[in-house]
Amino acid sequence: MRRLLGYVGAVLALLAGWWLLSVAVGSPALPGPAPAISDFVRLWWSDLFPQLLHSAWRVVASMTMGALLGAPIGLLIGRSPRLDSVAAPMVFLTYPIPKIVFLPVLLVLLGIGNAPKIALITLIVFFQILVTARDAARGIPAASLLSVRSLGATRTQVFRHVVFPAALPDIFTALRISTGTAIAVLFFSESVAGTSGLGYYILDAWGRIAYSQMFAGIIAMALLGVVLYEILEMAEARVCRWTRVGR
Amino acid sequence: MATVEACAIDVVYEGVDRPVRALEACSLTVADGEPVAIIGPSGCGKSTLLLAMAGLVSPTGGEALIAGEAVRGPRLRTALILQDFGLLPWKTVFHNAALGLEVRGVSLPQRTERVEAALARVGLADFRDAYPGELSGGMRQRLALARALALDADLLLMDEPLSALDALTREDLQGLLLDIWRQRQHTAVLVTHSIEEAVYLGRRVVVLSPRPGRVAAIVDNPGMGAEGYRSTSAFYERCNELRGLLAAEGAFDQDPHVGGEGS
Ligand SMILES: Nc1ncnc2c1ncn2[C@@H]1O[C@H](COP(=O)(O)OP(=O)(O)O)[C@@H](O)[C@H]1O
Ligand SMILES: [Mg+2]
Repeated sequence: MRRLLGYVGAVLALLAGWWLLSVAVGSPALPGPAPAISDFVRLWWSDLFPQLLHSAWRVVASMTMGALLGAPIGLLIGRSPRLDSVAAPMVFLTYPIPKIVFLPVLLVLLGIGNAPKIALITLIVFFQILVTARDAARGIPAASLLSVRSLGATRTQVFRHVVFPAALPDIFTALRISTGTAIAVLFFSESVAGTSGLGYYILDAWGRIAYSQMFAGIIAMALLGVVLYEILEMAEARVCRWTRVGR
Repeated sequence: MATVEACAIDVVYEGVDRPVRALEACSLTVADGEPVAIIGPSGCGKSTLLLAMAGLVSPTGGEALIAGEAVRGPRLRTALILQDFGLLPWKTVFHNAALGLEVRGVSLPQRTERVEAALARVGLADFRDAYPGELSGGMRQRLALARALALDADLLLMDEPLSALDALTREDLQGLLLDIWRQRQHTAVLVTHSIEEAVYLGRRVVVLSPRPGRVAAIVDNPGMGAEGYRSTSAFYERCNELRGLLAAEGAFDQDPHVGGEGS
């Protein structure tokens, strides 16, 4: 409830700032909130919602794949000094490269449909989760591992009862943070290639000089980000309940 | 029958820049059902000895035998309780206590029955769905004990289990440990840095020398377990005897905490 009030307050403040800015700039390229919102409502079912579904599918699919690949591999690397000595240099060499530079390559290889966009975001999320999971796995206190090993746990059981849950809160945090990057990359890849998704819609409205529609698209994109972030936050609160008690 | 024999155990750790000799020809026999306390200067290898008995550290020389069998890895009925309790913050009280049974593939109904009995025994029955983060230090220690009880362990290895607790809670739990031992008659090896605790809970008290750890002396303590032992003159005599032995080992020169009740 307090969260909701917080959001309402933030939205009101943003709208006020937007309105002031639009008055100050006085250009048709920056319409006020009123025409944008009225277009948003008018075009929601016909244009915005279908485009949002395209975008949501791309970003959800790629974040899921990035996490499902990155987390286990990162945990394995983090717990195995031998794997780490091979993988860590590779990861740290490739991690700083902005993966977005591979978009042209992916477009050539995978066409202009869903595949290159999903591949690119997956790649980015994969690296972020991998690095986080590796660090989290390395930081697990020895006593937690010893006590479970003393019970006769196998390697798999140690992973299941200690390594995975210990790293889970960090993995969730990394996922939440990566929603921002994921949506930015989504916008970029949709505006560069293809004819669907909110990124395409925004750029198309820009091309038609339909500025209030462009801003309706921007609102929809922001909505997508907020919803994703909140879903992750809720999932984390459910799955990592122990982090909210005591302390 | 859980006799424990440490036969001339050597442990050398690789260390960061040079090898660290933690134990050297360390020998000790603990009879079945006997409670033994181990005390010594900090860093002398007490934890290492315990981990070797638990099968978590492989000796570079010699071997540990439990019930006559060489220790090659964790043993089914050995329970290890660590200083910071070894609890998993992401598991509820129930699942922490059940972890040993779960790892060993005990069926859920049997698990539930044994864990509930163990939680009741340590007074945590009402907290089965709480997380360790919601418990006080004393309750966490009770939970670690419940895990060992649920396993029906015949050998309890404890590494300074009470050292993180305040004096009152600590005395309360010393009483619980004694009660449970009197009731179950398991073999117990308790590492402690408190002289009073060693005399209260050890039928024999083993003094280790500074690193590399060897057995420097063994003090017989036949009065252990008697009602009101803590306030008898025999108790004070034992404590003083130990204090003298520890001073001879240089325990007080290195670590001002050894021998104090609170740390
Ligand atoms: N995993 C390890 N690697 C290297 N050195 C260790 C390791 N564990 C313990 N040591 C060293 O071995 C010695 C004995 O340690 P320990 O058994 O923990 O002593 P205590 O429990 O008596 O304080 C100490 O000097 C400690 O620094
Ligand atoms: Mg120790």
